[in-house]
Amino acid sequence: MTRLEFWQGNTACAEGALAAGCRFFGGYPITPSTEVAEHMAVKLPKMNGVFVQMEDEIASMAAIIGASWTGARAMTATSGPGFSLMMENIGYAAMTETPCVIVNIQRGGPSTGQPTMAAQGDMLQCRFGSHGDYSVIALCPASVQEMYELTARAFDLADRYRVPVFLMADEIVGHMRERITVPDKVGQTPRRELDRGVLPFQPDADLVPGFATFGKGYGVHVTGLTHDERGYPCATNPGVHAALVRRLVDKIENARTAIADYDIINPDAEQVFVAYGAPVRTVQQVLHDRPDGMIGFLRLRTVWPFPEHSLKMFKNAKVFFIPELNMGQIAREIERHVKVPVVSLPKLGGDLHTPPELVAALEAHR
Amino acid sequence: MTFEDWFRTDRLPHIYCAGCGNGTIINCTLSAVDQMGWKKDDTVFVSGIGCSSRAPGYIVTDSLHTTHGRALAFATGVKLANPVLNVVVFTGDGDLAAIGGNHFIHACRRNIDLTVVCMNNQIYGMTGGQGSPTTPWGCLSTTTPYGCAEPAFDLCELAIAAGANYVARWTSYHVKELEKAVKAGLETPGFSFIEAMTQCPTNFGRRNKFKQVADQVEYIKTHALLRAKRDRMIEQGEKVPDDFFVIGELMRRKRPAMGVKV
Ligand SMILES: Cc1ncc(C[n+]2csc(CCOP(=O)(O)OP(=O)(O)O)c2C)c(N)n1
Ligand code: SF4
Ligand SMILES: [Mg+2]
Repeated sequence: MTRLEFWQGNTACAEGALAAGCRFFGGYPITPSTEVAEHMAVKLPKMNGVFVQMEDEIASMAAIIGASWTGARAMTATSGPGFSLMMENIGYAAMTETPCVIVNIQRGGPSTGQPTMAAQGDMLQCRFGSHGDYSVIALCPASVQEMYELTARAFDLADRYRVPVFLMADEIVGHMRERITVPDKVGQTPRRELDRGVLPFQPDADLVPGFATFGKGYGVHVTGLTHDERGYPCATNPGVHAALVRRLVDKIENARTAIADYDIINPDAEQVFVAYGAPVRTVQQVLHDRPDGMIGFLRLRTVWPFPEHSLKMFKNAKVFFIPELNMGQIAREIERHVKVPVVSLPKLGGDLHTPPELVAALEAHR
Repeated sequence: MTFEDWFRTDRLPHIYCAGCGNGTIINCTLSAVDQMGWKKDDTVFVSGIGCSSRAPGYIVTDSLHTTHGRALAFATGVKLANPVLNVVVFTGDGDLAAIGGNHFIHACRRNIDLTVVCMNNQIYGMTGGQGSPTTPWGCLSTTTPYGCAEPAFDLCELAIAAGANYVARWTSYHVKELEKAVKAGLETPGFSFIEAMTQCPTNFGRRNKFKQVADQVEYIKTHALLRAKRDRMIEQGEKVPDDFFVIGELMRRKRPAMGVKV
């Protein structure tokens, strides 16, 4: 059984989180993400969950990490300025392998920028924003339906890989209203508990250790310092550090195919669009207007780890067009993986590309 | 059980310098915890970054050694998500009052059910002796080479003004009193703040004319003024010297609290 609703993207995000079992939200208000917090503030107390408005985004990130160690599915939501403040403890979550979900409803930056206008300028910050080497997972919704579904999936991925998972949405998707089909129930894969007798940071074959939930008698020590498999600080042994950081990266990068989520449309085309988030909708319009199958489209829902193998499906590709609401952040990534020209189509200011703008790019490269 | 049963023995020896007061404060805290009859499985220690914040790593329970200044925000998440857990926070003067100052006042305001033990050595010990928000006027540190020219915070006054339910200050010399104060803090629902003035011979004492560890402990002892005595002095119109600090229980009240186990 499902039901139909007419929801705002941010409402769908909050509902998706609740359906996935999220029971802790710590956040700080910021446009254009605030509706996520407001919805959680209404719903969580009635569901035996906790909503807490923290003093800033540094504290919000800290609180959800603390909550996660008690076993709770925990999330926060923010936008650019708050996202920058979260970087410190996002690195801590990566280092301590703490499952958590961070929603970023992107707005124009840098700095306070454009509070009410859409952008995708934080795509590299989400991948690389905290110091040191690590890997994360980032999902990009392009509809209200996906705000719901990808938020729910984010919790499963966070628990599965013990990593911060980002829902990298934008103001357009966060604030638009559309029809959504809401399922009765969302399947959940629970976090795997640590087996007794196994060291708390000793990985399984998939490089992910079981989770030593606080209060269950593990006596686990969690630190952001480089640590050994016991979780004990071991900050001057080069081998221990190298092995730990490699594992934090490899556990995600090796799972690229399992994490990947994308659609391949017209794989025989020579001209191919690659898009994620709101620009997907303009590309869809162009394809709708030109149903001749001549335009390829790689439509990404997972951006990190980047599903590079998906690009190889376009065997005849002569050129890739990347419309983004930034100066070409993911176009750069795509350039690393293909030998044919990559045309970045940046759009700044908050408006989407128009279909004629994308058609003009096709014409210019024919 | 005794306090010694709470140590994570396979992590010893600790990193603290000879003569450091932190060990004394950890012992007092663990004695108080032990007297509460709490189960190790239900008790969590949280800290930020600094010498003082290394304490949870030496304790056998679940423990969260977090980022500099953020311990209280992490602890808030732990406690709200699972109020059954007893959450104790170790912090330092820099961790709590400089980088963590905002989290400190908001944790007090929320009056969240945590017990916080601050090892105030009036210096950044871990990073080699820079000035902190509690470095006394005129004292030397690597970043106040001509004498500290900023007034210091009174951490207890700050906690009281911000709303903590229990506030006390003792020192590494007053071990029995300190232990009792921590116990009172553990028993009090809401935010409990216990400040322990302590010696850092390596990075404070050495630069501030304390040739021996005992000299600094003696100084702490002789400059600590019991609250009742301080009040009497004020009543009689006597001036309390600037280099004296008040010790004792400074606040006990029942403001509404968050995260209390039901
Ligand atoms: C964000 C950040 N800034 C700076 C540091 C460096 N740092 C580590 S410990 C410390 C000061 C600790 O002072 P205090 O809390 O008084 O602890 P103590 O060592 O004196 O016990 C600083 C500045 C850090 N770890 N993180
Ligand atoms: S530097 Fe100071 S505070 Fe740190 S361990 Fe040494 S004596 Fe203690
Ligand atoms: Mg200090």
